[in-house]
Amino acid sequence: MKKLINTPEHAVDEELAGMVAAHGDLIKVIAPNVVVRKDAPRQGKVGVISGGGSGHEPMHGGYVGLGMLDAACPGAVFTSPVPDQMLEATKAVNGGAGVLHIVKNYTGDIMNFELAAELARAEGIDVASVVIADDVAVKDSLYTAGRRGVGGTVLAEKIVGAAAEAGADLKTVTALCQKVQDNVRSMGMALTSCTVPAAGKPTFELGDDEMEIGIGIHGEPGRTRMKLATADEITEMLATPILDDLPFKSGDSVLAFVNGMGGTPLMELYIVFNKLAQILKGRGIGIGRSFVGNYITSLEMAGCSITLLRLDDELTRLWDAPVRTPALRWGI
Amino acid sequence: MNGAAVISYDDVVAWITAFAASVRDQKDYLTALDSAIGDADHGINMDRGFQAAVPKLAGLPNRDIGAALKSVGMTLVSTVGGASGPLYGTFFLQMGAATAGREAISLDELVAGIDAGIAGIQRLGKAEPGDKTMLDALLPARDALREAAASGASLGDALARTVGAAEQGMVATTPLVARKGRASYLGERSAGHQDPGATSSYLLLKAAADAWSGATAAS
Repeated sequence: MKKLINTPEHAVDEELAGMVAAHGDLIKVIAPNVVVRKDAPRQGKVGVISGGGSGHEPMHGGYVGLGMLDAACPGAVFTSPVPDQMLEATKAVNGGAGVLHIVKNYTGDIMNFELAAELARAEGIDVASVVIADDVAVKDSLYTAGRRGVGGTVLAEKIVGAAAEAGADLKTVTALCQKVQDNVRSMGMALTSCTVPAAGKPTFELGDDEMEIGIGIHGEPGRTRMKLATADEITEMLATPILDDLPFKSGDSVLAFVNGMGGTPLMELYIVFNKLAQILKGRGIGIGRSFVGNYITSLEMAGCSITLLRLDDELTRLWDAPVRTPALRWGI
Repeated sequence: MNGAAVISYDDVVAWITAFAASVRDQKDYLTALDSAIGDADHGINMDRGFQAAVPKLAGLPNRDIGAALKSVGMTLVSTVGGASGPLYGTFFLQMGAATAGREAISLDELVAGIDAGIAGIQRLGKAEPGDKTMLDALLPARDALREAAASGASLGDALARTVGAAEQGMVATTPLVARKGRASYLGERSAGHQDPGATSSYLLLKAAADAWSGATAAS
């Protein structure tokens, strides 16, 4: 294992300490692995919280700040956080208007957030939850844990955060988050595996001429292993199931999000975006907004994911609203 | 019937301690199993939880088996994360509730405690037998334990049958296609790999058999 760390045991703690050292004007760490907005709680504002394993940086800690999350609960690498963290975060950001938990659909995340929500309600805090499950690589059936929450989570956090910042109440913010979930679809692929620091070796082995299609964000193997294809062919393989699933139709306007898994240069992400733009044009779908970069990653994995969100005026306006966090900043 | 007290408070502490040592010993193995069909953290997370749970037992005020198991459960929920934290945490919390206030328990009470723990896992995880989960080791083990207790078996004999059933259940997860948890994302590709959760559950029962091999003499 070749990593820029001191010890695997302290990797997450030292990462968070570094984030606070760099962005202390925006965030603070109030308890082990609980990152909250510097000015929390904001009286009368709905608190928006997310959390999940570490290793997906900048998600979620990088999205804490004005116009996005009020708190993030990072767990150990690729491991969902524990209820104590979410409870602590919920209490810290509750300004009397309630708290929304944005939960990615993984068995562990669901269970731990559920326990935390129950504990917070027992303390008199109004808590709502929305589960993001946008990965079309997983069949949503009785025979799986359901679709994973992937790239759509970042878009949901930005859009919902903007509405909460503007003063929307808990019911409105919750319905909005569900609206994003209902209109967003994603799929990802890997060129390489990644190494969990504490495990010390790659999660799976992939030959030089192979790729995994339909991966999640935890270094887990995908649905199929194939011979490496060209960027254009790979883009087709990811875009087609996404487009056919919702389905996205001619005349729709989308937010097109090409995300790097952590180890892929922007050059390659733009090559993917180029083909994606052609595919969308061919189907009569407009690109209302675009978003390209490493925003929800799997450590040093090389690969990418594509996320499409069907836009309307409300979602577009909230996407454009000011945001100021360690990882996203515009309009302010 | 097996109503005589055979498992003492010290035995329960020895069981937890033995399982913690077993998890530490098998940490890389459990993580390797999880790498194949999950996200490569099962051994790491279980080890973190049990390394935190064991020292807390020494500080408990009473020799209350239920309180000790509850302490283990709370610590697991607070330190493990993932699905294993709530699932194993619930097992110990429920088993603790079933044995609250007891300084020693009989084989029948052990059956009831394990039954309560497994019921908690089923409620939370909603898995069915054959879904390729920890239940595939725990359910046959529970049935074997219950049958052995009802037939008047000694503790040692009952535990040997329990561990045998857990091991069979664990091995039988290999050809299954996962329908719960992260392995289910792999679909057919999850077949051919032994389930990490079923493996740690087998180790949990094996730790009891190993730790309590001398306990029958006390009955």
